[in-house]
Amino acid sequence: MAESILARITLPEKARKGEVVAVRVIVRHPMERAVDAPGLRPVPRKILHTLRVTYAGAEVFRMEMSPGIAANPYVEFTTVAVESGAMVFEWQEDGGTVFRREARLEVA
Amino acid sequence: MKRAAPLALLAGLGLAALAVAAEVRPPQDYLSPTLRAQQDDPSRHPGWLWVDEGEALWRRGDPSCQSCHGDIAGMAGVAARYPVVAQDGALLNLEGRIERCRMRHQGQPAIGYESEALLSLTTAVASRSRGLPMSVAVDGPAAAFLEQGRTLYETRQGQLNLACGQCHDDNAGRRLRGDVISNGLGTGFPAYRLEWNGVGSLHRRLRACQLGVRATQFELGAPEYTALELFLAHRARGLPVEAPGLRR
Repeated sequence: MAESILARITLPEKARKGEVVAVRVIVRHPMERAVDAPGLRPVPRKILHTLRVTYAGAEVFRMEMSPGIAANPYVEFTTVAVESGAMVFEWQEDGGTVFRREARLEVA
Repeated sequence: MKRAAPLALLAGLGLAALAVAAEVRPPQDYLSPTLRAQQDDPSRHPGWLWVDEGEALWRRGDPSCQSCHGDIAGMAGVAARYPVVAQDGALLNLEGRIERCRMRHQGQPAIGYESEALLSLTTAVASRSRGLPMSVAVDGPAAAFLEQGRTLYETRQGQLNLACGQCHDDNAGRRLRGDVISNGLGTGFPAYRLEWNGVGSLHRRLRACQLGVRATQFELGAPEYTALELFLAHRARGLPVEAPGLRR
Protein backbone atom coordinates (compact mmCIF):
# COMPACT_ATOMS: atom_id res chain seq x y z
CA MET A 1 0.00 0.00 0.00
CA ALA A 2 1.52 3.27 -1.09
CA GLU A 3 1.43 6.25 1.24
CA SER A 4 1.17 9.93 0.44
CA ILE A 5 4.13 12.27 0.78
CA LEU A 6 4.58 16.02 0.49
CA ALA A 7 5.94 16.74 -2.98
CA ARG A 8 5.88 19.50 -5.55
CA ILE A 9 5.60 18.22 -9.09
CA THR A 10 5.92 20.72 -11.92
CA LEU A 11 4.77 19.83 -15.42
CA PRO A 12 3.89 22.07 -18.35
CA GLU A 13 0.18 23.02 -18.40
CA LYS A 14 -0.26 21.50 -21.84
CA ALA A 15 1.98 19.66 -24.27
CA ARG A 16 1.77 18.71 -27.93
CA LYS A 17 1.98 15.05 -28.85
CA GLY A 18 5.63 14.14 -29.39
CA GLU A 19 6.92 17.16 -27.52
CA VAL A 20 9.78 16.75 -25.04
CA VAL A 21 8.57 17.96 -21.65
CA ALA A 22 10.61 18.82 -18.58
CA VAL A 23 9.43 17.30 -15.31
CA ARG A 24 10.54 18.76 -11.99
CA VAL A 25 9.90 17.21 -8.63
CA ILE A 26 10.90 18.11 -5.07
CA VAL A 27 9.96 15.78 -2.27
CA ARG A 28 9.96 16.39 1.47
CA HIS A 29 12.23 13.86 3.14
CA PRO A 30 15.07 14.11 5.71
CA MET A 31 17.23 11.55 3.80
CA GLU A 32 18.75 10.30 7.04
CA ARG A 33 22.15 8.85 6.30
CA ALA A 34 23.39 6.48 8.94
CA VAL A 35 25.16 7.84 12.00
CA ASP A 36 27.57 5.33 13.50
CA ALA A 37 30.68 6.62 15.23
CA PRO A 38 32.21 6.15 18.69
CA GLY A 39 30.43 8.30 21.24
CA LEU A 40 27.40 8.96 19.06
CA ARG A 41 23.99 7.38 19.38
CA PRO A 42 23.66 5.22 16.27
CA VAL A 43 20.88 6.21 13.88
CA PRO A 44 19.95 3.77 11.14
CA ARG A 45 20.00 4.88 7.53
CA LYS A 46 16.61 5.96 6.26
CA ILE A 47 16.61 7.50 2.81
CA LEU A 48 14.45 7.35 -0.27
CA HIS A 49 16.63 4.97 -2.27
CA THR A 50 14.68 4.75 -5.53
CA LEU A 51 12.47 7.07 -7.54
CA ARG A 52 10.37 5.43 -10.24
CA VAL A 53 8.12 7.32 -12.64
CA THR A 54 5.55 5.63 -14.84
CA TYR A 55 3.51 7.31 -17.55
CA ALA A 56 1.29 5.96 -20.30
CA GLY A 57 1.85 2.41 -19.14
CA ALA A 58 5.64 2.51 -19.21
CA GLU A 59 8.45 3.32 -16.83
CA VAL A 60 9.87 6.61 -18.11
CA PHE A 61 12.38 7.39 -15.39
CA ARG A 62 14.21 5.56 -12.63
CA MET A 63 16.86 6.85 -10.29
CA GLU A 64 18.80 5.23 -7.49
CA MET A 65 19.53 7.70 -4.72
CA SER A 66 22.45 7.43 -2.30
CA PRO A 67 23.04 8.66 1.26
CA GLY A 68 25.16 11.50 -0.15
CA ILE A 69 22.06 13.24 -1.50
CA ALA A 70 20.80 16.15 0.60
CA ALA A 71 17.42 16.29 2.29
CA ASN A 72 14.36 17.17 0.20
CA PRO A 73 15.87 15.84 -3.04
CA TYR A 74 15.12 17.70 -6.26
CA VAL A 75 15.04 15.82 -9.55
CA GLU A 76 14.54 17.08 -13.09
CA PHE A 77 14.19 14.90 -16.16
CA THR A 78 12.59 15.02 -19.58
CA THR A 79 10.18 12.66 -21.27
CA VAL A 80 8.12 12.60 -24.46
CA ALA A 81 4.44 13.54 -24.25
CA VAL A 82 2.44 10.72 -25.84
CA GLU A 83 -1.06 10.90 -24.37
CA SER A 84 -3.11 12.67 -21.71
CA GLY A 85 -2.89 10.79 -18.46
CA ALA A 86 -1.40 10.39 -15.02
CA MET A 87 2.30 10.43 -14.33
CA VAL A 88 2.88 8.32 -11.25
CA PHE A 89 5.85 9.03 -8.96
CA GLU A 90 6.92 6.30 -6.56
CA TRP A 91 9.62 6.67 -3.95
CA GLN A 92 10.91 3.62 -2.10
CA GLU A 93 12.18 4.25 1.40
CA ASP A 94 14.58 2.11 3.43
CA GLY A 95 12.40 -0.30 5.40
CA GLY A 96 10.08 -0.96 2.49
CA THR A 97 7.62 1.94 2.63
CA VAL A 98 6.52 3.17 -0.77
CA PHE A 99 5.28 6.73 -1.24
CA ARG A 100 3.20 7.65 -4.25
CA ARG A 101 2.09 10.87 -5.87
CA GLU A 102 0.42 11.56 -9.19
CA ALA A 103 0.35 14.46 -11.60
CA ARG A 104 -1.66 14.84 -14.78
CA LEU A 105 -0.19 15.70 -18.14
CA GLU A 106 -2.56 17.11 -20.76
CA VAL A 107 -1.52 16.29 -24.32
CA ALA A 108 -3.23 17.94 -27.26
CA MET B 1 33.95 77.59 -17.47
CA LYS B 2 31.10 76.47 -19.64
CA ARG B 3 32.52 72.97 -19.71
CA ALA B 4 33.12 72.82 -16.01
CA ALA B 5 29.46 72.74 -15.13
CA PRO B 6 28.60 69.40 -16.78
CA LEU B 7 31.80 67.93 -15.34
CA ALA B 8 30.84 69.00 -11.86
CA LEU B 9 27.41 67.55 -12.46
CA LEU B 10 28.95 64.25 -13.55
CA ALA B 11 31.18 64.19 -10.50
CA GLY B 12 28.11 64.83 -8.36
CA LEU B 13 26.27 61.96 -10.04
CA GLY B 14 29.26 59.71 -9.47
CA LEU B 15 29.22 60.53 -5.79
CA ALA B 16 25.50 59.89 -5.66
CA ALA B 17 26.02 56.49 -7.30
CA LEU B 18 28.68 55.67 -4.71
CA ALA B 19 26.38 56.72 -1.90
CA VAL B 20 23.65 54.46 -3.30
CA ALA B 21 26.11 51.57 -3.57
CA ALA B 22 26.87 51.94 0.14
CA GLU B 23 23.16 51.76 0.92
CA VAL B 24 21.35 48.69 2.15
CA ARG B 25 20.67 46.26 -0.69
CA PRO B 26 18.18 43.36 -0.71
CA PRO B 27 19.61 39.96 0.28
CA GLN B 28 18.87 38.54 -3.18
CA ASP B 29 21.56 40.84 -4.60
CA TYR B 30 24.16 38.98 -2.57
CA LEU B 31 23.12 35.48 -3.69
CA SER B 32 25.09 33.59 -6.29
CA PRO B 33 23.35 33.64 -9.71
CA THR B 34 22.45 29.96 -9.30
CA LEU B 35 20.91 30.41 -5.89
CA ARG B 36 19.13 33.58 -6.96
CA ALA B 37 17.54 31.78 -9.93
CA GLN B 38 16.51 28.92 -7.67
CA GLN B 39 15.00 31.32 -5.11
CA ASP B 40 12.92 32.91 -7.88
CA ASP B 41 11.65 29.57 -9.22
CA PRO B 42 9.09 27.80 -6.98
CA SER B 43 9.44 24.59 -9.03
CA ARG B 44 13.04 24.24 -7.84
CA HIS B 45 12.83 25.82 -4.39
CA PRO B 46 12.30 23.36 -1.51
CA GLY B 47 11.02 26.17 0.76
CA TRP B 48 7.71 25.98 -1.08
CA LEU B 49 7.13 22.55 0.46
CA TRP B 50 6.66 24.43 3.74
CA VAL B 51 4.30 26.86 2.02
CA ASP B 52 2.18 23.94 0.80
CA GLU B 53 2.13 22.42 4.27
CA GLY B 54 1.29 25.76 5.87
CA GLU B 55 -1.62 26.32 3.50
CA ALA B 56 -3.00 22.91 4.44
CA LEU B 57 -2.66 23.80 8.14
CA TRP B 58 -4.41 27.12 7.47
CA ARG B 59 -7.55 25.21 6.55
CA ARG B 60 -7.30 22.56 9.28
CA GLY B 61 -8.96 22.58 12.73
CA ASP B 62 -12.15 23.98 14.18
CA PRO B 63 -12.08 26.90 14.12
CA SER B 64 -9.37 26.96 11.48
CA CYS B 65 -7.37 30.05 10.53
CA GLN B 66 -9.59 30.18 7.46
CA SER B 67 -12.84 30.33 9.50
CA CYS B 68 -11.94 33.84 10.69
CA HIS B 69 -9.44 35.15 8.14
CA GLY B 70 -10.88 33.63 4.97
CA ASP B 71 -8.61 32.45 2.22
CA ILE B 72 -4.90 32.78 2.89
CA ALA B 73 -4.68 35.06 -0.16
CA GLY B 74 -6.05 37.76 2.16
CA MET B 75 -2.73 37.69 4.03
CA ALA B 76 -1.04 39.58 1.18
CA GLY B 77 1.04 42.43 2.57
CA VAL B 78 0.87 41.30 6.20
CA ALA B 79 4.49 40.13 6.46
CA ALA B 80 5.67 43.50 5.12
CA ARG B 81 4.14 45.23 8.17
CA TYR B 82 5.52 42.93 10.88
CA PRO B 83 6.72 43.08 13.66
CA VAL B 84 3.91 45.23 15.13
CA VAL B 85 3.01 46.40 18.61
CA ALA B 86 -0.12 44.62 19.84
CA GLN B 87 -2.87 46.33 21.82
CA ASP B 88 -1.39 45.18 25.12
CA GLY B 89 1.95 46.81 24.26
CA ALA B 90 3.89 43.67 23.37
CA LEU B 91 5.96 43.61 20.18
CA LEU B 92 4.85 40.67 18.05
CA ASN B 93 6.47 39.19 14.98
CA LEU B 94 4.54 36.93 12.63
CA GLU B 95 5.37 33.83 14.67
CA GLY B 96 4.25 35.56 17.87
CA ARG B 97 1.01 36.71 16.28
CA ILE B 98 0.17 33.24 15.00
CA GLU B 99 0.92 31.65 18.39
CA ARG B 100 -1.21 34.23 20.18
CA CYS B 101 -4.08 33.80 17.72
CA ARG B 102 -3.89 30.06 18.20
CA MET B 103 -4.04 30.28 21.98
CA ARG B 104 -6.66 33.04 22.27
CA HIS B 105 -9.02 32.30 19.43
CA GLN B 106 -8.54 28.62 18.70
CA GLY B 107 -8.15 27.57 22.34
CA GLN B 108 -5.12 25.47 21.44
CA PRO B 109 -1.83 25.14 23.30
CA ALA B 110 1.17 26.96 21.81
CA ILE B 111 2.90 24.94 19.11
CA GLY B 112 6.43 26.07 19.96
CA TYR B 113 8.69 28.58 18.31
CA GLU B 114 10.75 26.51 15.90
CA SER B 115 8.18 23.74 15.41
CA GLU B 116 7.52 22.56 11.87
CA ALA B 117 3.85 23.57 12.15
CA LEU B 118 4.60 27.16 13.18
CA LEU B 119 7.36 27.46 10.57
CA SER B 120 5.00 26.17 7.88
CA LEU B 121 2.20 28.56 8.82
CA THR B 122 4.58 31.52 9.06
CA THR B 123 6.18 30.65 5.73
CA ALA B 124 2.79 30.30 4.04
CA VAL B 125 1.59 33.66 5.39
CA ALA B 126 4.88 35.42 4.60
CA SER B 127 4.97 34.01 1.06
CA ARG B 128 1.79 35.95 0.29
CA SER B 129 3.77 39.19 0.66
CA ARG B 130 6.55 38.09 -1.68
CA GLY B 131 7.79 41.05 -3.72
CA LEU B 132 5.90 43.67 -1.71
CA PRO B 133 7.95 46.48 -0.13
CA MET B 134 8.71 46.31 3.59
CA SER B 135 7.00 49.06 5.58
CA VAL B 136 6.89 48.59 9.35
CA ALA B 137 5.46 51.23 11.67
CA VAL B 138 8.20 52.65 13.90
CA ASP B 139 6.34 55.58 15.42
CA GLY B 140 4.27 55.71 18.60
CA PRO B 141 4.63 52.63 20.79
CA ALA B 142 7.04 50.99 18.33
CA ALA B 143 9.66 53.74 18.69
CA ALA B 144 11.07 52.37 21.94
CA PHE B 145 11.37 48.86 20.44
CA LEU B 146 13.13 50.29 17.39
CA GLU B 147 15.72 51.97 19.62
CA GLN B 148 16.17 48.73 21.58
CA GLY B 149 16.78 46.89 18.33
CA ARG B 150 19.13 49.56 17.06
CA THR B 151 21.13 49.37 20.29
CA LEU B 152 21.49 45.61 19.96
CA TYR B 153 22.57 46.05 16.33
CA GLU B 154 25.17 48.67 17.15
CA THR B 155 26.60 47.20 20.34
CA ARG B 156 29.78 45.16 20.20
CA GLN B 157 29.24 41.72 21.67
CA GLY B 158 30.81 38.34 22.21
CA GLN B 159 34.41 37.20 22.56
CA LEU B 160 35.09 38.52 19.06
CA ASN B 161 33.74 41.88 20.23
CA LEU B 162 31.86 42.64 17.04
CA ALA B 163 28.78 44.70 16.36
CA CYS B 164 26.40 43.56 13.58
CA GLY B 165 27.34 46.54 11.39
CA GLN B 166 31.04 45.69 11.35
CA CYS B 167 30.19 42.81 9.01
CA HIS B 168 26.85 43.81 7.53
CA ASP B 169 27.64 47.49 6.83
CA ASP B 170 31.42 47.78 6.69
CA ASN B 171 32.13 44.50 4.90
CA ALA B 172 28.95 43.68 2.99
CA GLY B 173 29.73 42.13 -0.38
CA ARG B 174 33.00 40.60 0.84
CA ARG B 175 33.36 36.93 1.58
CA LEU B 176 33.25 35.18 4.92
CA ARG B 177 33.46 31.41 5.40
CA GLY B 178 32.54 30.56 1.83
CA ASP B 179 29.58 32.92 1.61
CA VAL B 180 29.06 36.57 0.70
CA ILE B 181 28.23 38.92 3.57
CA SER B 182 24.85 40.55 2.98
CA ASN B 183 23.40 43.63 4.62
CA GLY B 184 21.87 41.35 7.23
CA LEU B 185 18.17 41.84 6.50
CA GLY B 186 15.40 39.51 7.54
CA THR B 187 13.24 39.90 4.44
CA GLY B 188 13.85 36.31 3.26
CA PHE B 189 12.82 34.65 6.52
CA PRO B 190 11.50 32.08 7.22
CA ALA B 191 14.10 30.85 4.76
CA TYR B 192 15.28 27.51 3.47
CA ARG B 193 18.91 27.26 4.44
CA LEU B 194 21.03 24.63 2.72
CA GLU B 195 23.06 24.30 5.91
CA TRP B 196 19.89 23.45 7.84
CA ASN B 197 18.39 21.18 5.19
CA GLY B 198 15.13 22.92 5.96
CA VAL B 199 13.24 26.09 6.74
CA GLY B 200 14.14 28.09 9.83
CA SER B 201 13.10 31.36 11.44
CA LEU B 202 14.99 34.64 11.55
CA HIS B 203 15.58 34.09 15.26
CA ARG B 204 17.34 30.81 14.54
CA ARG B 205 19.53 32.69 12.05
CA LEU B 206 20.25 35.41 14.61
CA ARG B 207 21.28 32.75 17.10
CA ALA B 208 23.73 31.42 14.51
CA CYS B 209 25.13 34.95 14.06
CA GLN B 210 25.59 35.36 17.81
CA LEU B 211 27.26 31.96 18.02
CA GLY B 212 29.59 33.13 15.25
CA VAL B 213 30.81 36.09 17.31
CA ARG B 214 30.83 33.89 20.43
CA ALA B 215 28.21 35.93 22.23
CA THR B 216 25.56 34.71 24.64
CA GLN B 217 22.56 33.68 22.55
CA PHE B 218 19.02 34.68 23.37
CA GLU B 219 16.21 32.15 23.31
CA LEU B 220 14.12 31.71 20.16
CA GLY B 221 11.27 34.20 20.36
CA ALA B 222 13.14 36.38 22.88
CA PRO B 223 11.96 40.01 23.03
CA GLU B 224 15.55 41.14 22.28
CA TYR B 225 15.47 39.33 18.93
CA THR B 226 11.99 40.61 18.11
CA ALA B 227 13.18 44.20 18.74
CA LEU B 228 16.17 43.53 16.49
CA GLU B 229 13.77 42.05 13.92
CA LEU B 230 11.86 45.35 13.98
CA PHE B 231 15.08 47.32 13.49
CA LEU B 232 16.10 45.07 10.58
CA ALA B 233 12.63 45.40 9.04
CA HIS B 234 12.91 49.18 9.29
CA ARG B 235 16.40 49.02 7.80
CA ALA B 236 14.87 47.08 4.89
CA ARG B 237 12.02 49.56 4.32
CA GLY B 238 11.05 49.72 0.66
CA LEU B 239 12.90 46.48 -0.17
CA PRO B 240 10.89 43.45 -1.30
CA VAL B 241 9.84 40.58 0.94
CA GLU B 242 11.72 37.49 -0.30
CA ALA B 243 10.18 34.84 1.96
CA PRO B 244 10.57 31.95 1.55
CA GLY B 245 14.19 32.84 0.88
CA LEU B 246 16.92 30.47 -0.14
CA ARG B 247 20.18 30.80 1.73
CA ARG B 248 23.44 28.91 2.01
